[in-house]
Amino acid sequence: MHEKKQAITIKGTRDGLTLLIDDTCSLEAIFKELDEKLGDTQPTNDGKLVSVTVKLGHRYLNKEQKEQLHDIISQKNNLFVQSIDSEVIQREEALAWKEDSEVKTINRIIRSGQVLEITGDLLLIGDVNPGGKVVTTGNIYIMGNLLGIAHAGANGDKDAVIAASYMNPTQLRIADCISRAPDYEAEGVYMECGIIDKETDKIVIDQVQVLSQKRKSLSGFERRMSNG
Amino acid sequence: MGEAIVITSGKGGVGKTTTTANIGTALALMEKKVCLIDTDIGLRNLDVVMGLENRIIYDIVDVIEERCKLHQALIKDKRFESLSLLPAAQTSDKTAVTSEGMETIIKQLKQDYDYIVIDCPAGIEQGFQNAIAGADKAVVVTTPEKSSVRDADRIIGLLEKEEMEAPRLIINRIRNHMIKSGDMLDIDDIVQILSIDLIGIVIDDDEVIKSSNHGEPVALTPNSKASIAYRNIARRILGETVPLQSLEDEKGMFSKVKKFFGMRT
Ligand SMILES: Nc1ncnc2c1ncn2[C@@H]1O[C@H](COP(=O)(O)OP(=O)(O)OP(=O)(O)O)[C@@H](O)[C@H]1O
Ligand SMILES: [Mg+2]
Repeated sequence: MHEKKQAITIKGTRDGLTLLIDDTCSLEAIFKELDEKLGDTQPTNDGKLVSVTVKLGHRYLNKEQKEQLHDIISQKNNLFVQSIDSEVIQREEALAWKEDSEVKTINRIIRSGQVLEITGDLLLIGDVNPGGKVVTTGNIYIMGNLLGIAHAGANGDKDAVIAASYMNPTQLRIADCISRAPDYEAEGVYMECGIIDKETDKIVIDQVQVLSQKRKSLSGFERRMSNG
Repeated sequence: MGEAIVITSGKGGVGKTTTTANIGTALALMEKKVCLIDTDIGLRNLDVVMGLENRIIYDIVDVIEERCKLHQALIKDKRFESLSLLPAAQTSDKTAVTSEGMETIIKQLKQDYDYIVIDCPAGIEQGFQNAIAGADKAVVVTTPEKSSVRDADRIIGLLEKEEMEAPRLIINRIRNHMIKSGDMLDIDDIVQILSIDLIGIVIDDDEVIKSSNHGEPVALTPNSKASIAYRNIARRILGETVPLQSLEDEKGMFSKVKKFFGMRT
């Protein structure tokens, strides 16, 4: 118990603490050492929370293990877990990421009563007719007329966008936000996009050109890598 | 070997039966051998519109359940030797007809006729599936109303899943003054949404109702607008290029005509 080498290195940075965890020793040993080491840290008396970044190296933790780690750290005074980073992910996750970040090109008309569901981004070459629906976990780009329903970021990605050559949709949905067509007959708009306005948390329609400002990394992969 | 064309719409009452009767009659006028099939089991109409109700002895269900031979159930038209009708059953259980049964009948009819024109029931249930089962081609009928166009779109989506040529479109019951005043969808808008080829437009014409009440399809009258429209559709089915009828009495439609036929043929 006393003969073990340092499994955890604690570094103080401007933003809080970084815990570097040796990826060769057992998890139990780490939990134990963590408990002891963090127990030593003096509570700062200004009551401010100190953020902790955990670096796991090439160690993979499953969900329960992560939660356990999380609990040990947050039970300590003034500490909260900012992130738990690992250099490795599971094959499954990696494939899901890839799936999620691909742009799928579909060349057809989505007619009344039809639903097109896609994981990742959709490039639709064709129309979404009234009564038709497209749903994606990522962005939706339509080279054609969007007259039905489009639902982007269906798994909750509020950064997702919906862009179309022409849109006069029945509904736009992004993550869990919904906006619907006005009750009066409205003209559609050309080359515009729907995004969630961060301030109001509502869907707004704007020219596609604003995307270069408001959604700097539209590329699904980068976006989801950084979102986890 | 003949060709089987199903006339369908999704929505009820938009003119499938009228279209079937008139296209069939117009094709017969052009000396084609034509057989009409009514697949609207329980709500048969085509025999009435054709004025042949009093001649029915057997019907399509009798054929499928082998109570008679196919040729026994076929009714000869009173005007054209080359035109026949296979009537729907009025009373039998709908489930008697199956897709396989239809395919068998149509295959047989194709030996003897140039065109088999199939009148489809409204809806997208089994009756629809039966009607399209043996068809090589489909014509979708819509009126210039949103709900009708919506249902036509749904039907086109279903037809696209079948091994069939892309369906073609008839817009029926057009009222020019309403299109002009913006109270009806115009032809361009409908064609753009449905994005299939337009094979004809038929105006809303009292003559249609009058003649179908007399059991005489309007295509037989020499020069009512609807009559010309149906005969033009028949010519297009035969592969001729015929410009779309003018909706106006003057020649105001010409640019539109050019647009549709210049582009697509
Ligand atoms: N071009 C037209 N002008 C005027 N009346 C028309 C026209 N076309 C159809 N009609 C009328 O509309 C009514 C419905 O037509 P029809 O029976 O052909 O429709 P359908 O689609 O076969 O209906 P269902 O779905 O009940 O089978 C009939 O009374 C018919 O006479
Ligand atoms: Mg009918």
